[in-house]
Amino acid sequence: MSRMTNRSLPGSAPGTAAPGAGAPGPAPSLMAGPRPGTGAEPAKNAPSGGPWGPRTGRGKPGRTSPLARGGWTPWLYLAPALVVIGGLLVYPVYQLGLISFLEYTQAQVSGGEPTTFQGFGNYATLFRDEQFWQVLLATVVFAAACVVSTLAVGCALAVLLTRVRAVPRLALMLAALGAWATPAVTGSTVWLLLFDPDFGPVNRVLGLGDHSWTYDRFSAFALVLLEVVWCSFPFVMVTVYAGIRAVPSEVLEAASLDGASQWRVWRSVLAPMLRPILVVVTIQSVIWDFKVFTQIYVMTNGGGIAGQNLVLNVYAYQKAFASSQYSLGSAIGVVMLLILLAVTLVYLRLLRKQGEEL
Amino acid sequence: MSFVLRSVRRPWRLAAEASALLIAAVVAFPLYWMVLSAFKPAGEIESTRPRPWTLSPSLDSFRRVFGQQEFGRYFLNSLVVAITVVAVSALIAFLAATAVTRFRFRFRTTLLIMFLIAQMVPVEALTIPLFFQMRDFGQLNTLGALILPHIAFSLPFAIWMLRGFVKAVPPALEEAAYIDGASRTRFLWQILFPLVLPGLVATSVFSFISAWNDFLFAKSFIISDTSQSTLPMALLVFYKPDDPDWGGVMAGSTVMTIPVLIFFVLVQRRLVSGLGGAVKD
Repeated sequence: MSRMTNRSLPGSAPGTAAPGAGAPGPAPSLMAGPRPGTGAEPAKNAPSGGPWGPRTGRGKPGRTSPLARGGWTPWLYLAPALVVIGGLLVYPVYQLGLISFLEYTQAQVSGGEPTTFQGFGNYATLFRDEQFWQVLLATVVFAAACVVSTLAVGCALAVLLTRVRAVPRLALMLAALGAWATPAVTGSTVWLLLFDPDFGPVNRVLGLGDHSWTYDRFSAFALVLLEVVWCSFPFVMVTVYAGIRAVPSEVLEAASLDGASQWRVWRSVLAPMLRPILVVVTIQSVIWDFKVFTQIYVMTNGGGIAGQNLVLNVYAYQKAFASSQYSLGSAIGVVMLLILLAVTLVYLRLLRKQGEEL
Repeated sequence: MSFVLRSVRRPWRLAAEASALLIAAVVAFPLYWMVLSAFKPAGEIESTRPRPWTLSPSLDSFRRVFGQQEFGRYFLNSLVVAITVVAVSALIAFLAATAVTRFRFRFRTTLLIMFLIAQMVPVEALTIPLFFQMRDFGQLNTLGALILPHIAFSLPFAIWMLRGFVKAVPPALEEAAYIDGASRTRFLWQILFPLVLPGLVATSVFSFISAWNDFLFAKSFIISDTSQSTLPMALLVFYKPDDPDWGGVMAGSTVMTIPVLIFFVLVQRRLVSGLGGAVKD
C-alpha cells in the first residue's frame, strides 16, 4: 500500500518530472507514475508483490488498529452500504430470477391480471428460439473480439509509452484520456458521423463513395467494435503503463544486458510480472464488453436491420420494453448474469492463486 | 525511464515517438471532429466534401440545442443526478471501506467477496426488476429513479477501491488520536476522512461517469415526463437515424463531454494512482 501513499498524497506526488512544461496543470504527473523503489522495498512497490518477493503484512492480527476491537461498530459503518446494496442490487437480482419464472406481460403489468408461475417455461421458449442462440453467439464473438483488440491496443501502447520522451507521451496520454472521458452516447454519435456515408470524412478519405457501414451485419459490428476499442483501450493502457513503471529497473536492465529482444523482454519478463494487472484488465474488459448496450443501441439503431446486430443486453431490453415480454427479457438477463458470474468465479480463483490478500 | 531510453537506439526511438504522435492524433481525431462539426455552419456539415477545418465558425448549432427541448434543464438534471450519486456513494463507501479495512470481524472476507461479485452484476440485466421496483416506490419519471440505482451500483467498486486508501493511513495515527482523547467519531471524520479524501475523489470519477453517461436507465425509467430527462436522452432528440441533425448532435455531444473532460483532468493524477491501488489489492 505504501506505493499508493507515495503517489496519492499531494505533497509527494512525483510531478517534478515534467519536462513537458506548458502543459495544463496536473497533467505531467501522468507521465510520472510510480518510481521504481530504491530496491529496499521492491516487493511493495511492484504491481503484484507476488513474483519477486515475499508479500508483507499478510494480515497479522498484531498489526490491526485499536479500532479493531469495535464490537458492533463495523456493522454500524457498514449498515448504509448493506441497506442500499441489499435493496437496490440484491433484491432486484432476486426479482429478476422470480420474474423469469412467471408469466409477466403487459396484461400483468397494467391489466392487473394475476401472474402465473411458469416454471422453466420461459427458458424453454427462449432456448427453442433460434434467434436467441444467434444473439448469444454474436454476443460472445463480439465481446471476444472487443476484448482481444482492446488488450492488444492497450498493451502495445503502454509499451510504446515507455519508449518515448515526455512530449509524445503526454500527447498520447491526453488523447487517451479524452477518449476515455467521452460518454458512450456521444462517442457513438461521433463515430457514426465519422463513418457517415454522405457527410463522413472516412469514406471520403478512403474513396468509398456512399458505402454504408451499418447496412452490412459484419461491417456494422466492426464499426461498433472500433468505437468500443477507442473508448476502452485507455483504461488498459494507463493501468498497464502504471504497472510497467512499477517494475524495478534492474530487472529490465539485466534482461537487456543479457541481449533479450524487446519482444522477449515483454514475453519473458514483463508479462509474467504484470500478470496480476493483466488479469484484472482482462476480466474488466470481458465484463464491460459482454454487456455493451449504448453503442449497439445507438450505432445500429436498436439492434440493426432485422435485429442483425443484437447482443444479449439489447435483446433483453427489446424483448422486455419494446414487446412487453418482461419474463422473457428477465430470462435473458438471468443467462447473462450466470455467464458473468462464471467469469467472476474464474477471476476470484486466479486472484486466490496469486495469493492476493483480500 | 532513462534505462529504457538508453537501451533503444536513436532511429528506433524517433520512429516510436513519431508513431506515438501519430496515434495520439488518430485517437484525438473523433473528439476534434466532434468539436469542429459543432462549430461548422449548417451548410458545411451537410456537405459531401467534408473538410477538416472551417473558415466561418458559428454558434448556430449550440443556439439550436439550447433553444430547443429545454436542453439547459436536461443538463441540470444530469448534473443533479451525477453530483448526488457521487456525494452519497462516496460517504457510504467511505464508512464501509473503513469498516472492512480497520476492523477485524466475522464475515469480513465473505463481505469483501460479495462486494467483488456485486461489481460484476450486469446493471443492464436488472433494468426490468428495477423498473417495477421504481414503479412501486413511485419513483418512475423522477430523478430518484436514476439516482437510487446508480448509488447502489457504484458502491461495490467504490468500496473496493477505497480500501487501499483507508489502509494506507498508519494505525499509529489512530492510536495517537485515541491517546489524545479523541472519540471514534471524531477520529473518523476529522482525521481519517481528510486523509482519505484524495482517494474519494479518484473513486468518484467512476460513479460520476456511470451516472453522467447513463442511457439505459434514463431511457427506461423516464418514460413520460420529459422534464426529468437527462442529457443522453436529450441528445438523441437531434439524432434521428434517417435524417440526423448532425450539427445539433455534435453541439450537444460537445456540451455533454466537456464536464467529464474537466473532471478527468482535475482528478487524473489520483485516478492513475487510485487505479494502481485498486488493481493491486
